[in-house]
Amino acid sequence: MSAAPKSAPADVLLSVQGLTKTFDVRGGLVRAVDDVSFDVRRGTIVGLVGESGSGKTTIGRTVLRLVEPSGGKIVYDGVDIAALPEGAMRAYRRRMQIVFQDPYSSLNPRMRIEDIIGEAIDTHGLARGSARRDRIADLLARVGLAPEHARRFPHEFSGGQRQRIGIARALAVEPEFIVADEPVSALDVSVQAQVLNLIQDLQQAFGLTLLFIAHDLSVVEYLCDEVVVLYLGRVMERGPSRQVYAAPRHPYTQALLSAAPVPDPRAPRNRVVLQGDIPSPINPPSGCVFRTRCPSAAAACAEVVPPLDGVGPSHAVACIRKDEPDVLARIHPAAGGPTRSSP
Amino acid sequence: MSAAADDAILRVENLQTWFELGSRVAKSVDDVSFTVGRGRTVAVVGESGSGKSVTSLSIMRLLAPPGRIVGGRILYRTATGEEIDLARLPESRMRGVRGREIAMIFQEPMTSLNPLYTVGDQVMEMIRLHEPVSAGEARARARRMLELVEIPAAERRLDDYPHQMSGGMRQRAMIALALACNPRVLIADEPTTALDVTIQAQVLDLLRRLQAELGMSIIFVTHNLGVVAEIAHEVVVMYAGRVVEAAAVNDLFDRQRHPYTKGLLACIPRPGMRRDEVDGQVRLTPIPGTVPSVTALPTGCSFAPRCPLAVAKCEEPPPLIPAAPGHLSRCWRHEDV
Repeated sequence: MSAAPKSAPADVLLSVQGLTKTFDVRGGLVRAVDDVSFDVRRGTIVGLVGESGSGKTTIGRTVLRLVEPSGGKIVYDGVDIAALPEGAMRAYRRRMQIVFQDPYSSLNPRMRIEDIIGEAIDTHGLARGSARRDRIADLLARVGLAPEHARRFPHEFSGGQRQRIGIARALAVEPEFIVADEPVSALDVSVQAQVLNLIQDLQQAFGLTLLFIAHDLSVVEYLCDEVVVLYLGRVMERGPSRQVYAAPRHPYTQALLSAAPVPDPRAPRNRVVLQGDIPSPINPPSGCVFRTRCPSAAAACAEVVPPLDGVGPSHAVACIRKDEPDVLARIHPAAGGPTRSSP
Repeated sequence: MSAAADDAILRVENLQTWFELGSRVAKSVDDVSFTVGRGRTVAVVGESGSGKSVTSLSIMRLLAPPGRIVGGRILYRTATGEEIDLARLPESRMRGVRGREIAMIFQEPMTSLNPLYTVGDQVMEMIRLHEPVSAGEARARARRMLELVEIPAAERRLDDYPHQMSGGMRQRAMIALALACNPRVLIADEPTTALDVTIQAQVLDLLRRLQAELGMSIIFVTHNLGVVAEIAHEVVVMYAGRVVEAAAVNDLFDRQRHPYTKGLLACIPRPGMRRDEVDGQVRLTPIPGTVPSVTALPTGCSFAPRCPLAVAKCEEPPPLIPAAPGHLSRCWRHEDV
């Protein structure tokens, strides 16, 4: 029903089409991901942004089949892997990796670093003996650690160093695609930039394709070529991040961007303060899921699920009122919308 | 940096809070001074291990052993104009200050909300602890507090248990609890860090509005420089247990006079900043290394091992000195920053 990318052109590595994931919970069914579609082109970084309950983490894990999808297609390099048997999936597991948010819980405390990194090398039978040792030393060097770190345990490292180890583990099997799930959110501010630069360098050095999940909007703007804005499991807006950030078309994107605090006390604050809380995903609003908090909501918004319609080259918005000029103006009559200017 | 002394409601002077673990001493807070003016918001900024939370727990006298205040003064000016040193106040008198004069809110609302009592009961208990009012009066006031923090259907919500509320709503309930006795100082320790960005915006707006209406002073502890720019009048930057820079918010963001503050601002992406902007050459400027452990601090300037400006002189500990009018810096080379 949404504007799913119809065919996957050659430069598209991953095409998510109508992806749905439901969970059974006490009290009902949660549609954590509901008809989500987007493409990730080879060698690019696509950002998934959204607040709690937006489904961004579930999408990341479903794409890797760490969580089984309930519906829809996950077309990876031309093959729909959504229903692939585990045996056939194995070849894809080496090509797709994940970096987790929490560098403390994602490394086994009883394993030495060489075994944490080496485990995947062994699983896929990629190197043995001295070749394996060399490979681990090379991976450690790639992420800015020393060869002697291989014999140590996770507790001997700081949070930033552990995240480097997590990245080295992901790179160990020479993947082409990595899901990075909030990889810098748990790190101190002064260390975040080190890890972001590392991701940026490795992406260029290896020509990696990344799905970057984050709630920090400035980090996504900085790093990502394209962005997918999610709310309660649905895509609100997606497009080239330059365009989405400069001229957001969906009222939710506008509100989200305007709510992010800017490190400049003199910056104008044309803020859209949303009323109320994010609704429960067990009982989402009818029609547009954002309508209960939307400053532009009309009666019709409760009736239909807005389709994700194109508004520009690869830029799409799910809002039935997106073409009405007063949507922006109503929020901030003077400024004509909360579009920010760069400092 | 701050209000004139006669307008000050709280003056922290050379505060030292240490944790003595056998032979090891963690100097979590070591020589911290700053002043909070009436009706002003002072942001205390720092990363993990900077001592920002220990500073606020010291002011509240909520330190858990082996943590204790080993030096310095925490001078609080009471409503009658008398100045009392909270660092040395007997616990019995401190109980009259805590909650009534100075209240605190936390990152995680369940730190201060009891899961076994309704939100209304907890706000009423706070009021009746400090003021001789009837249960009916306390309930009416509790309802007004929930209305003040914009909790819808306040009368009904009084009978909710904390788990029945959403994260943002619980944060509001905690603020209502903290403000129930109309404190003159509110210490807010990372109150929006666990919240979604649109809910964070609501809570920041609420705190600003409440300050304008109630005139309280706020000590806002955070690691987020964006939030600092939004809410602070004055800023105190902490690193490894010490204040490294302090200034009015505009002065601090206009020109940093400590390399750490400058480094912090340089390593966060700004709106409009993109890695591919200049032929893919844009990079963030990280601060190398990691925050030192407070049990093993360098002898001189704690930041020197990570500092691009470090010279031999930095092996001597630098004092916190005026680098410009109202702008303090703990750096030998503040003129070169």
